[in-house]
Amino acid sequence: MPQKPKVAVWKFASCDGCQLTLLDCEDELLALAGEVEIANFAEASRAIAKGPYDLSLVEGSITTPHDAERIHQIRRASKFLVTIGACATAGGIQALRNFRNVNEFISIVYATPSYIETLSKSTPIAEHVPVDFELRGCPIDKGQLLEVISAFLNGRKPNTPRHSVCIECKRRGVVCVMVAHGTACLGPVTQDGCGVICPGCQRGCYGCFGPKETPNTRSLSGWFGDLGMKEQEIVRVFRTFNAGAEPFRRESEAHEH
Amino acid sequence: MSTRTFKVDYLARVEGEGGLYVKVKGDSVLDVRLNIFEPPRFFEAFLRGRNFREAPDITARICGICPVAYQMSSVHAMEDACGVKVEGPLRALRRLIYCGEWIESHSLHIYMLHAPDFLGYPDAIQMAKDHADVVQRGLRLKKTGNEILSFLGGRAIHPVNVRIGGFYKVPEKRDFEPLVESLKWARDAARETVLWTGRLPFPEFERDYDFVALQHPEEYPFNEGRVVSNRGLNINPRAYEDNFAEVHVPYSTALHSVLKGHGSYLVGPLARYNLNFERLSPLAQETAREASLASTCRNPFQSIVVRSVEVLQACDEALRIVDQYERPDRPFVDVQPRATTGYGCTEAPRGLLYHRYRLDDKGTILDAKIVPPTSQNQKAIEDDLRRFVGKYLSLPQETLGLQCEQAIRNYDPCISCSAHFLKLSLDRQP
Repeated sequence: MPQKPKVAVWKFASCDGCQLTLLDCEDELLALAGEVEIANFAEASRAIAKGPYDLSLVEGSITTPHDAERIHQIRRASKFLVTIGACATAGGIQALRNFRNVNEFISIVYATPSYIETLSKSTPIAEHVPVDFELRGCPIDKGQLLEVISAFLNGRKPNTPRHSVCIECKRRGVVCVMVAHGTACLGPVTQDGCGVICPGCQRGCYGCFGPKETPNTRSLSGWFGDLGMKEQEIVRVFRTFNAGAEPFRRESEAHEH
Repeated sequence: MSTRTFKVDYLARVEGEGGLYVKVKGDSVLDVRLNIFEPPRFFEAFLRGRNFREAPDITARICGICPVAYQMSSVHAMEDACGVKVEGPLRALRRLIYCGEWIESHSLHIYMLHAPDFLGYPDAIQMAKDHADVVQRGLRLKKTGNEILSFLGGRAIHPVNVRIGGFYKVPEKRDFEPLVESLKWARDAARETVLWTGRLPFPEFERDYDFVALQHPEEYPFNEGRVVSNRGLNINPRAYEDNFAEVHVPYSTALHSVLKGHGSYLVGPLARYNLNFERLSPLAQETAREASLASTCRNPFQSIVVRSVEVLQACDEALRIVDQYERPDRPFVDVQPRATTGYGCTEAPRGLLYHRYRLDDKGTILDAKIVPPTSQNQKAIEDDLRRFVGKYLSLPQETLGLQCEQAIRNYDPCISCSAHFLKLSLDRQP
């Protein structure tokens, strides 16, 4: 019997939600475990197998000097490295520190700042090592995760869309919350993948899958202004879970005076 | 005299990153330290300057395992600040979404993280090779919790439908039908889970804890109640910080909590159960008795049974809520900000979760404080280990090390919340 491909799951600064997505594949988990060797997944198992690994799934952003070293070891031990989620792909919500002075943040939270070792910025994995694929979402979608695992283990390109949430709303016949109700929505500049759940429950998209390809954020900000949003509100809208993603970062900075 | 050290560098099957260090000399335990090396993420700092309506979605990202708990504590704190009380069907739907999170989170812990310790497997996947039907039942039970979360919240992790004042959209009565079918199965499966966990082998170990949990006059607590203990504490959540303090220790990125004048205390299923047994549904009470679980339980290893009782309670409660549901006219009540401070305490799967926010009259957050359950339990975990290692020092190192890990997992510690962990070191000096 040929050896099963080895899959490893790694964690950096994150909420654990993206690796939990793997355990949330309740119907597929045991079948998946039959096809691959889950070689390193500390959240789920004590059994840790040594590398090299065929596929490493990396959750979380780099925020400490130790983690900045550790990601290099993981890259060296991995044939393919895929980042899962907004933290690993764009720095996550903790990248809000990038716009401020981190020492100020430390002293707000901790009584003894000298005990805390942290970097001034929260950065995505791709700023440290080459990444083979970035899976978007805060959190990632379970169907897309299974697609990506299957694609890499079969040597093909993952089939995940790069188009906007808007396109998916139109396809599903979901009424446009911005046109119909004047609700600010990041759908025009955000990558699809969530299943348009926010417009689906009559709220605006808040961009948890990050920027779509070639997003026109400037135009959208103009529309937000027409809806009566103030500059500071526009800053905040672009500055959440994908605040560090280049198009969102640039747009938020353009409105900061 | 030489010393013995136990070390677990990276504790597995917990949500987050941490380790444990135990130092023993002869037959006395010199030091126990739970190292949490989850990188800090500074939520309380970057919440400053955000709008109060953003808090539920932002704080959800503290923990992917219990995002609803963060959403619930934050909406209650904001509504407290703004003088709004959400009642009727909206209140019931909040309880329902919390049921979903308890079922999902508890089933994950019972079947995938904790049971393998009792049965001697490294994980649930290996366990499934010999106990396929048990693991399948656990996965389906967990899936039922996620079905509630997706149905009401749009998705299982970081649901999008919760807002201050209620929800963005509420379901029609008829939409619940498929969920009811799943829940009826889940209630039976939860009953079997209680009886099954009741038969697991438990190390003999008890401690006289200070239990702390919410208490509501009639209900088993989710969103509301006074903060009470078995030692006479009985306070409004607003008085939380007068009675509890946070301490920063050098070996952990999670702050330790203490009950002033008492020291360590315990939150979570064991505390809720001991303080609220008579508020469990008749079915949950009866099943607990059938599993030989008394109404008072001080053995932390039996928390797996208590967690199962809570899954049963959540399934039973969810069915009751669905049965009585009448769709409200509006999915939310209006909430206008005012310059004041709001407080919220709810029962996350792992225990009491405290939020406090100070707002200006525009609703800008000026100051935020969040105390997650795992940081409250850290000292109790260390105290358990000190006692446990002392009692079982004669065990071979490997067995004792494994049982220490199991003792930590009794708490289902969620380290991404309290910053993460596990690294076990046992330093033995004969």
